[in-house]
Amino acid sequence: MKTIMNNFKYLVVGVLFGVVFVKSEVISWFRIQEMFRLQSFHMYGIIGSAVIVGMISVWLIKKFNIKTIYGEKIELHPKTFNKGQIYGSLIFGFGWAITGACPGPLFAQIGTGATVIVVTLLSAIAGTWVYGLLRERLPH
Amino acid sequence: MLEILKQPWPWYIAGPLIGLTVPALLILGNKSFGISSSLRHICAACLPANIPFFKYDWKKEAWNLFFVLGILLGGTITMHFLSNPEPVVVNPKLVSELAGYGITNFNNLVPEDIMNWSALLTVKGLLVMVLGGFLVGFGTRYAGGCTSGHAIMGLSNLQWPSLVATICFMIGGFLMANLILPQILSL
Repeated sequence: MKTIMNNFKYLVVGVLFGVVFVKSEVISWFRIQEMFRLQSFHMYGIIGSAVIVGMISVWLIKKFNIKTIYGEKIELHPKTFNKGQIYGSLIFGFGWAITGACPGPLFAQIGTGATVIVVTLLSAIAGTWVYGLLRERLPH
Repeated sequence: MLEILKQPWPWYIAGPLIGLTVPALLILGNKSFGISSSLRHICAACLPANIPFFKYDWKKEAWNLFFVLGILLGGTITMHFLSNPEPVVVNPKLVSELAGYGITNFNNLVPEDIMNWSALLTVKGLLVMVLGGFLVGFGTRYAGGCTSGHAIMGLSNLQWPSLVATICFMIGGFLMANLILPQILSL
């Protein structure tokens, strides 16, 4: 029960985020095909402006030492480079262009009633599991 | 007002709102925006199978599962209250290319002509829905993040490995969409 209360706010953020996802057609397979054929600015505008707003936000948080609502210091985690960011990213790019969805949109598409996408999501979970299984043997 | 909200939202409204998820999650509880991790937590919760990569306390990361459940509900709420009855408007060049593969239904977010339950057991359906999903899950975890974790959160925090990842996402997508996917869709 405590877990649910503590995490409810993230569910609310997720709902708002999901609404934006659907209304902006970010989760449309057709929009992703357009993006990868350079036939529309729409997706580039969305990702680009999201990154700019995110950058300004992170800069402001650091500059003014903004705290969480619980008064904790905000921690940002640096990413360390490994070759997975090349090989894995290329593989994800292949999957993104086929399914027209990254992981977030899969959840939103299911929510809109595209029930068959449950299969795609289960397959993505299986892909994650197989990565975990083979991790030690893959180049990183 | 409701009529305006039902129209597709332009990029300059949607993009900044998506960007605001970064500070919202940080300020609400020090959470770094990222969605693909939820798939790992689901593995850790349901089928850890003694694999070291899945042996951690996923319950501490439960917020991420609430977040993705919210995204799913957001999709449902939008369809019920804010849905736009018109088909998606895309570049006419794409419309004519897709017509060549028999994709003519633009009414939904997914192309129903190729993504539906009865297509699932065809070669094309298996490649698009099952193999495609597998590559998304395998690739994002191998890359250590997806569009949200690398392209938005990582770039917001000026992490160069995330820039490498984002460029590689795009290269993979361009190769697939222009060279390989047309072959699959022609099956």
